[in-house]
Amino acid sequence: MTRVAIVGVGQTKFDEHWERSLRDLSTEAGAAALHDAKLGGEHVQALFVGNMSSGRFVGQEHMAALAADAAGLNPIPATRCEAACASGALAFASAYNAIKSGKYDIVVAAGAEKMTDLKGTDAIATLMGAGDQEWESAIGLTFTGLYALIARAHMQKYGTTREQMAMVSVNNHRNGVHNPYAQFRKEISIKDVLNSSMIADPLTLLDCSPITDGAAAVVLVSEKFAKNFPNPVWVLGVGQASDTLALHDRENITEMKATKAAAQAAYREAGLGPQDMNLAEVHDCFSINEIIAVEDLGFCRKGEGGKFVEQGSIAVGGKLPVNATGGLKSIGHPVGATGIRQIADIVRQLRGGLPEPIQVKGARRGIALNIGGSGATAVVTILGKE
Amino acid sequence: MPHTSSVPLFWRLKKSKYMMIGSKCQTCGSVFFPPRVICAKCRSRGKVADHQFTGRGVIESFTIIRAAPEGFENAAPYAVALIRLDEGTSISGQVVGSIEDVAAGKRVRPVFRRITQDGDDGLIHYGIKWEIDDGSAGTEA
Repeated sequence: MTRVAIVGVGQTKFDEHWERSLRDLSTEAGAAALHDAKLGGEHVQALFVGNMSSGRFVGQEHMAALAADAAGLNPIPATRCEAACASGALAFASAYNAIKSGKYDIVVAAGAEKMTDLKGTDAIATLMGAGDQEWESAIGLTFTGLYALIARAHMQKYGTTREQMAMVSVNNHRNGVHNPYAQFRKEISIKDVLNSSMIADPLTLLDCSPITDGAAAVVLVSEKFAKNFPNPVWVLGVGQASDTLALHDRENITEMKATKAAAQAAYREAGLGPQDMNLAEVHDCFSINEIIAVEDLGFCRKGEGGKFVEQGSIAVGGKLPVNATGGLKSIGHPVGATGIRQIADIVRQLRGGLPEPIQVKGARRGIALNIGGSGATAVVTILGKE
Repeated sequence: MPHTSSVPLFWRLKKSKYMMIGSKCQTCGSVFFPPRVICAKCRSRGKVADHQFTGRGVIESFTIIRAAPEGFENAAPYAVALIRLDEGTSISGQVVGSIEDVAAGKRVRPVFRRITQDGDDGLIHYGIKWEIDDGSAGTEA
């Protein structure tokens, strides 16, 4: 089977884009990725678009056809991929598999979400569509609520502290200051996190990623086409796994089995392990999830994620820089776009040339973890310079 | 929200939502609440039948929802717990009474309550919430 490389990345600024539509955003991101690859749209053979809920966020279904149409890519096949907040990485995995199968040589994987047309309570309810509608949403649970249940369980079982969770947000905001695409380019302190308004105890506002509009895209090519590009980044492994839709159906909510299974599959395909990674982009939709992610990806022992954060291991220059460009917390979380944005950021890191405070020096390999819902879908992607 | 106006949705869940009837696999003995139509362990080898749950259990984790979704704004702040039922499975549920009294390790028992209302003149949804089980007669007459 052919190897697959990424030869172009692009995105919009992640922000509240009140004057721009889903159509505008997805087109801008796709065009930016093709421009980065120095490739004309006529060469693209297929499009995969990650999008969680355009139907509820803006009343528009048939999102992939819209994206292809708006970008002038007709008549190529356009497919929408949905796995809640993991929709972006799912689109990437689908594009990767399509090239691996031998059917296509040049494919665009994109992700887009337009969230700020809805008022806050409607957006909360829409996001909750990623959980169990009959048994979680129906009793008044929110996504912050689900991750609050996870956070308290992790605190009870492993002694993880509120301060350690706050340090995740502090780290990611410190990095996001240097990312021109980030929604919130502002440093925050542990005290800011602890004193911000309580959303679902023990999680405060600054433990939570924001509601954001944005889109991102990457261009994938087969090995024989990759030779035409000066700086390809190789896809070394992709793993995808599923777990129970409802949090209450899990035996143990302090780990994510889907993450572990997806990571195992990606590591196996790459022939690498956690010790071979130079940086990670993980799904910090809520601060506790970054702590659980570093454990489940194998960067520290189970239960020691809080300590790993406290010791500064996740900082740029630390043992394993995590969310060096700002994470979901600072960059923003347009749900369908996030998985693609994470991959684009690893590509930028491996190419080098990011602003000095957030460039992981000498990075050769990176890993991305995109999670849907409370862990019902996990997609792990490993990228490398060779 | 159209889905919360749906009479069929709540009608088809009446056994589980109102009476805590889950399911049990007659092949391996696994119990499920909410009920499943296929045993997740045995799949085609399983044979699933209705199973009455007591609804009693222990709070394993909990949160207080302060930023509530549509339909629940007037109820906030309210407690939601992950409850380990005596039968061995877990369920998410609201805990009634003072939010100060909610703590991990406390026993709870089910009570029948109004859950939410779909707007001013829409459906009123009822279902099971939980109350702290202090050994008293409780509030369910």
